[in-house]
Amino acid sequence: MSSDREPRQATYRAAVREAIRQAMLADERVFLIGEDVGRYGGSYAVSKGLLEEFGPNRIIDTPISESGFTGAGLGAALGGMRPIVEIMTCNFSVLALDQVLNTAATWLHMSGGQFNIPVVIRMATGAGLQLAAQHSHSLEGWYAHIPGIKVITPATVADARWMLPTALEDPDPVLIFEHARLYNTEGELPADGAPVDIETARVRRRGHDISLITYGGSLPKTLEAADELAARGVSAEVIDLRSLRPLDTRTILDSVARTHRVVVIDEGWRSGGINAEIITRICAAAFHELAAPPGRVCTEEVPIPYPHHLEEAALPQMLEIVKQAEATVAA
Amino acid sequence: MTTIDAALARHLLREMLRIRRFEEKTIELYQQEKIRGFLHVYIGEEAVAVGVMQALTRDDSILATYREHGHALARGIPMRSVMAEMLGKAEGCSRGRGGSMHIFDAHHRFYGGSAIVGSGLPLAVGLALADSLKQRNAITVVFFGDGAVAEGEFHEAMNLAALWHLPVLFCCENNFYGMGTALHRAQSVTDLPTKARSYGIQAASADGMDVLAVREAAATAVREVRAAARPYFLDLQTYRFRGHSMFDPELYRSRAEVEDWKRRDPIPRFAERMVSTGVLAATDYAEIDSAAMEEVEEAVAFAEAGSLERVEDLSRFVYSETDDEQ
Repeated sequence: MSSDREPRQATYRAAVREAIRQAMLADERVFLIGEDVGRYGGSYAVSKGLLEEFGPNRIIDTPISESGFTGAGLGAALGGMRPIVEIMTCNFSVLALDQVLNTAATWLHMSGGQFNIPVVIRMATGAGLQLAAQHSHSLEGWYAHIPGIKVITPATVADARWMLPTALEDPDPVLIFEHARLYNTEGELPADGAPVDIETARVRRRGHDISLITYGGSLPKTLEAADELAARGVSAEVIDLRSLRPLDTRTILDSVARTHRVVVIDEGWRSGGINAEIITRICAAAFHELAAPPGRVCTEEVPIPYPHHLEEAALPQMLEIVKQAEATVAA
Repeated sequence: MTTIDAALARHLLREMLRIRRFEEKTIELYQQEKIRGFLHVYIGEEAVAVGVMQALTRDDSILATYREHGHALARGIPMRSVMAEMLGKAEGCSRGRGGSMHIFDAHHRFYGGSAIVGSGLPLAVGLALADSLKQRNAITVVFFGDGAVAEGEFHEAMNLAALWHLPVLFCCENNFYGMGTALHRAQSVTDLPTKARSYGIQAASADGMDVLAVREAAATAVREVRAAARPYFLDLQTYRFRGHSMFDPELYRSRAEVEDWKRRDPIPRFAERMVSTGVLAATDYAEIDSAAMEEVEEAVAFAEAGSLERVEDLSRFVYSETDDEQ
């Protein structure tokens, strides 16, 4: 593999792999554990080649026991290691929800500050690959409801590469949601890459008519929508949240103060989603800045269906974002 | 049977009595509404925690259940800090944030009281995995009840520990009831070692009402775990003399059954045996017992005099504080 010194194009998948590999080279305490991460090479091929390089003590294949191996990851973290637990998709992660919600998120507080759990749990999220209703859901907003864990959603190749080392440095549990449709996307990895914070949002595109707030797999669609809006004479600012817990309210409010209009794009279901939290924070803190009611583009409230046309109809789409943004600007 | 000298006999008796008197006091404090929430006492099961702890070293890790006061005390966590935890005081071993069901103590490698049945087993696998990867010569002991055997996490953890050759001692405190559901009403196979053996794990049963039997079974098990770096399963058959918690009308078992088991009470049974074999003097019991009661009173006084955490500190320890990072 080439070194980080040379700038290069990379896929999101390669960026995550490079992040894991470098973390393992840098710190003997880091290991990868999950279903088919070794011999198979990872269900989304993220860990391909790592078993050969690091051996079975550090690339640990597990049986299909999500709760068991996630709990083992937490236990190993308590025991002084820095595990990266890979769960194939967030739909499967609910089999390990007990360990995340009742252990990872509670141990530090319940023990009065004695036991922090420095674990990283990665999982694929999101729809768009015609995998139907048990492989396609977006549960990051759900997890973001839980205090005691951090929930991050790298949307760019650079973030895929550089948020992981920061997550591994974090003393507390960090859940990383990697949108399945992002793995093949390409982007530049700058030569001077370095770990980045995992708590703040970024303005991915400057604009002055409206703020489009999104994260993860919806970022590319939202940037396309901003291009389309520009062609139609609307200047859209695009905010990439990067982290859903903590939520960077400051960056959101600063943007709204500039544009006075906002649409939130969230691949989670509409009701009770992270979108609602974002809009509530805006309304509570900047109600008088708003020139129009906040809009939102979310997933339809259905289990994600298999056929392409229905799946597309269920998900936030570029033109829908454009339409909602135009309506909010016109309101 | 190994020879028991007076010092050991006194130690075992003292440890069981400390737990018994502590638990009796918690019931009293519960009735006075000084302890609130759920309270699950260990009365009747003292020989299990005390017997197993004898086989462990300071480097070993322990996980327990929500009925874990006994394990905490037998492990050596100071009684006053456990009692302060019961009262929700800042001086408690978990700063009062956990209460009866969530005793933690990093210094004693006591990784918690957990109230989610079975949830400690995967954590034990992970702690042992860390020890194994770091080539640390230590084992992890996880206590759970017979009720946990019905959980998926039990089976996942047994499989992982056996598959990865991890040094875990699985201690099933088989008191024959998962809350109010009898073992035979919950399990198609009630011989629990059979389940462990089906994962290729060495397993044994022992009389959990006999502290010496537990001690011996644990010593054998721990020796195996340390020597072979393999898990081991102990089925320690015991009985809870009190209800599941303080809210238990005990409709699911007969008075006669409870009385039958009380005749096997591990404390008088052990004391009488030690006196009759001349290891202990007849006066030893009263002396040890009054010392235990004194310790309990001192712990209560300490806890009562303790302070409440400031409300401003409510959201501390949701995430680590930079100052606290190692």
